[in-house]
Formats: sequence, C-alpha cells, structure tokens
Amino acid sequence: MNSFLVLDNLKTHFRIYRGAIFRQEIGSVKAVDGIDLKLRKGEILGLVGESGCGKSTLARTIMQLVPSTEGTVFLEGRNLSKLSKNKVRAERVNFQMIFQDPYASLNPRMTVLDTLAEAMQTRGKLPRKTLLGKVAALMNTVGLPANQMRRYPHEFSGGQRQRIAIARALAPEPKLIIADEPVSALDVSIQSQILNLIVHLSRRLGLTMIFISHDISVVKYISDRIAVMYLGRLVELGPAAEIVEKPLHPYTRALVSAVPVPDPVRERQRRRILLPGDPPSPLNPPHGCSFHPRCPFAIEACRAARPDLEEKESGRFAACIRVGEI
Amino acid sequence: MALLDVEDLRTYFYTRAGIVRAVDGISFSLSPGETFGLVGESGSGKSVACYSILGLIPQPPGKIVSGTARFDGIDLLNCSMHSLRAIRGKRIAMIFQDPMTSLNPYLRIADQLVEPLRIHEKLSRSQALKKAIESLEEVGIPDASRRINLHPHQFSGGMRQRVMIAMALISRPEILIADEPTTALDVTVQAQILDLIKQRQKQLGTAVIFITHDLGVIASFCETVKVMYAGSFMESASTNELFAHPMHPYSLALQQSIPALHEKGQPLYTIPGLPPDLTQEIPGCPFAPRCDHAEAICREGKTVLTEITSGHWTACVRFQRGELAKMGLARTAV
Repeated sequence: MNSFLVLDNLKTHFRIYRGAIFRQEIGSVKAVDGIDLKLRKGEILGLVGESGCGKSTLARTIMQLVPSTEGTVFLEGRNLSKLSKNKVRAERVNFQMIFQDPYASLNPRMTVLDTLAEAMQTRGKLPRKTLLGKVAALMNTVGLPANQMRRYPHEFSGGQRQRIAIARALAPEPKLIIADEPVSALDVSIQSQILNLIVHLSRRLGLTMIFISHDISVVKYISDRIAVMYLGRLVELGPAAEIVEKPLHPYTRALVSAVPVPDPVRERQRRRILLPGDPPSPLNPPHGCSFHPRCPFAIEACRAARPDLEEKESGRFAACIRVGEI
Repeated sequence: MALLDVEDLRTYFYTRAGIVRAVDGISFSLSPGETFGLVGESGSGKSVACYSILGLIPQPPGKIVSGTARFDGIDLLNCSMHSLRAIRGKRIAMIFQDPMTSLNPYLRIADQLVEPLRIHEKLSRSQALKKAIESLEEVGIPDASRRINLHPHQFSGGMRQRVMIAMALISRPEILIADEPTTALDVTVQAQILDLIKQRQKQLGTAVIFITHDLGVIASFCETVKVMYAGSFMESASTNELFAHPMHPYSLALQQSIPALHEKGQPLYTIPGLPPDLTQEIPGCPFAPRCDHAEAICREGKTVLTEITSGHWTACVRFQRGELAKMGLARTAV
C-alpha cells in the first residue's frame, strides 16, 4: 500500500440517550457512516458538504480527537485507530489541524512566541536561541513580521490570527494538515490572502492536506480532488475541475448550481436546481439512498437499497444508481 | 418618483476609543419595486446605514449626525417615535442575518406573527391568526396551521428564515431591508431563500435593499448595486455594469480576490494592508492607502460620487479625471 492516508470503512456514531437516572439509549447519530478514502502524498483533497453532514466529525475522527466506532485510519501504513492515548499524542506531531475561528483556537494568554514554541518543541526540546530563530523564520514563512512574536492574539487582526494558527499547525513539521473551514470566518479580501498563503505553502512544503469547506468555489480553487459528503457518507469523489464542471451525483449538481456565480451575465443563463426541504436528520436517515427524498431523479429503486461509491468513469466515483441515465 | 430618498446620512459612534465614523455621508434613492444591493466587507457600515434609516441605532453611543431620509413625505431621521413606529414593520420591514436570535425563543410563532397585524392593521385575534397561517403557507412552510403553534427552536435554520420573511412581508411593506439574510444558511437552503424572496417580491412589488458581502449573491439577485467602504460609497451602478466595467479600484479588487473567478492555484489578488481605523479622520479617498493606483491627488479632499456614464457613478478621483479607464478583469471559466 503506497497511499499516504487511508480511511477504511470509517464510522463515527454518537449515541443518544434519554433520561438521567434510567438512561436509555434511544438511537445514534451516524455522523460518519462508512467512509473509504485514499490520499496520495502531497495531495490536497477538498471536502464539501452542508452543515451537519459530518465533515468536521470526519476531520476530528482522522485526528483521533473523537474515537471511531468502526473502521481504521492508516497514516503511512500505521494504524492510528489502535494506538493508546499517549501514543496518539506522540503521533500527533505528524498530523495537525487548522480551525475555522482564529479567535477561539488560539490561547489568548499565550504570546505568539509561546504558542509557536510549544508546538515546535513537541518533537523535542530546543535550546532557546535555536527556538527564537526558528519561530522568527516560521513567522516569516506565513507572512507575519517576526518582531511581533511577543504580542498576544488580541493584538492581531482576524487574518493575521489565522496566519498564526497556520504557523502553529506547521510548527511540528507535520505530514498531514486538516484545515476545517479556515477561511469561512474571514472577509473576501482577507480570505484571498489566506488562500494564497495555503496554496503557496502546500507547494513549497509538499503538504498533504484535507481542506474542508462548504463553499465549492473555494474548494475547487485549492484542491486536486473533491469529495462531496452527504449525511455521513461520500456521494461523489473525483478531480476538482471535473466535479464542478460535470457533476455526476444529483446532490453535487444541486450543490454546484446553488452557489451564485459573481457574474451577472452568466448568472442569468444558469439554471438553478432547487432542492426541496432541508437535509434530513442524521438521527433518523431515510432508507435506501439518503438523498432520495430531495432528489429530483429518485425512482423506486433508490428507496430500496443504499448505493455504494463506485467508479463511474476513470478516476470518478459516485454513489448513485442513475448516473448513466440522468 | 423615488420611494425612499436618503441624503448625506452620517452616523457616528462616540466611544472611548474616539469617534467612529461608521457611515460618513451617503446618499441614495430607491424606486418602487427596485432591488438594490449594498455590498461591502465587515465594518464598512452597510448595516449601520440601514439601521439608521429605521431608527434602530442605540443612542448613545450612536448618533445620527446629519442627513435626511424621505419616505412618503416624512423624514425618517427627524420624525417622532410615533410616526416612525407607524412605518417601521408595516411599510418598511427588515429581515436579519440570524433568524435564531431575531425570533423570540419564548413565544410561539403564532404570537410573533400575529403581533404586527394586531398593532398595525388592528385585526382581531382570529382574523390575524388566519392571515398569519396564510402568510406561512405563502413562504412555503408545509402544514402551516399546525406548525404556527410551535416555538422557533422547533424549526430548522431555513424554516426560521422563512418565518422571518413571512413576518416581514405580512403587512405588505413597500420596502424590505434584508441584512445578510442567507449568510448563516447552507448554499442549497440559501438558493431556496433567495428564490423565495425574489418570488414574493415579484408578487408584492416590494422594493428590496439587500445587504451582503457576497458578490455572487449580488450578481444573482440585484439590479443595481452600491459598493461601500469605510462608511462611504465607492461606486454605484447597475449590476451588469459593475461586473463588466468596474470604475473603482476597490470594486475591481473585490472581484479579483474571489476564488470563483480563478483557475486552480492561480494567485488571487489581495488588497494590501488593513481596513482603515474609522476613529481617525481620513483625508481624501478612504481606500487610497491600500490602492494600487493611488496618487497624491487621492489623499487630498473628500471624494464625491460622480456620474461617469449614464447610471454609473464612481468616487474614484482618478477615474473622474479620466486617468484610469477600462480596468479589465481576466475572466476564467468556473
């Protein structure tokens, strides 16, 4: 197996209980429900889906922040799901995460220097001098002036804070980075700075990355391949440009068509596929294909059995039985 | 005849850090049935402008320093609370970004929907309830007669926004102010809600002021658009014009920094620097410190929105002097 990251039938279910004294399990939320995925080294995978589809839970499960219910995560052939808590901790230098809100993900009582130095020394203690030099170099890498390393997060703007968060993720020299909506909280002009930085860094450092976003235009811009998630499962997977230009799965079609394009001429020619209703509750997912109640192409067979993710064209996977017909 | 005529509106906030000039001299007019977009980044003053018109600015610390807003012969900025109340919620209604925080969590939907009808139209409870159920049906809430008795938390985000829209449109307002109504929603739900607002607008002939930071939403929804930066308008044009021939470096920069118009990995344009500190008086064009085209003239004297071609206004001095022309945006396929 030469894949860098392998997810094998990964499931994360959260049990739901009722009552305080006579606790009774009344069901489970299948946040991640059987995901198979392989990532090459140096690849950027975009993960899109609506809120509640399980993208963040998937990220946290890969990071071993949430225990998986079933299935395994392999990083460079090592099984992460079987490791003890301490081992996971030691292993975590290899996979780091960038969160959505840089206001919440940085410790307000630590200076940038403290934050980055702590992350840097996870692989082993460094002499003070080396450390200062490395922190300064890292700050330069992410486009922050190194003379500001003794400042606190509140002294920085939102975009700069996200740069600090990126620097912290890079500090232990990880092999895998998971970025969970890293630009969603930022304004357009700041968003473009951070996206440029991520593209630049990933090229320079050859990072393998999972980039999570609800905005398919951002994901298309940044990733090599896109995985589309709906209710805990992947419904489509393939090369980024192809997925956006010619989506196979009806859900991906709707998702792509729903994003307004900043071009009034083209916007007027576009036909929007309006999905009826809201995403169903993951507590009680529909039988068969979980998308069928909202799908404009659903037929009787869609209700009967849940389709698996299958290769429909070379390199393109979709979980829909009607791909050829629609 | 303009439906709403706002002139030289200035709203300042008097804070410990100094005077924040959140809205600093904007003028615009709105025709009946028009859809006009107000686009800008956070802190540009787009919401404050609309809140000012409706008298929703907490005073203090806020203060409307100057300006008039004429609506049907009444100046909304300088009228009595009594006459403002007769207009607000009835003839000018508003929907907000976050439907969870703008609905009262303690009250059933029925109570919240009936209230404006009882106050503005003096309907009886049963009449009002009947009308409220109809209005929920009109915004596509299934099983409305039963669900009207539920509380807001029992609805999903999209459904709550539908309730907000129903509430705002229940007394058939002439103007609807929508402040980022879809920002908190998922894209597929956003598409539903935009479609719904559009459809209701057509049926009722309401004029809409649409506040957003998303140029995509502007392109799909608005006829005309005003670009706001640091409390002032930078450019005003029809949507087509703004996207085809932007006449202000800021509008162009905004368009160039969206990933949707770029091929994978192609570097995005970034605006250097940070948005200005509004407690400092900015001499000249507020965008000048971050502008690639700024020259000495840009830093002298306040900029004024000037019409260059029919219906297309810019505050850029260099554009007005004809020194900048035809700024092109390389378009790529999405």
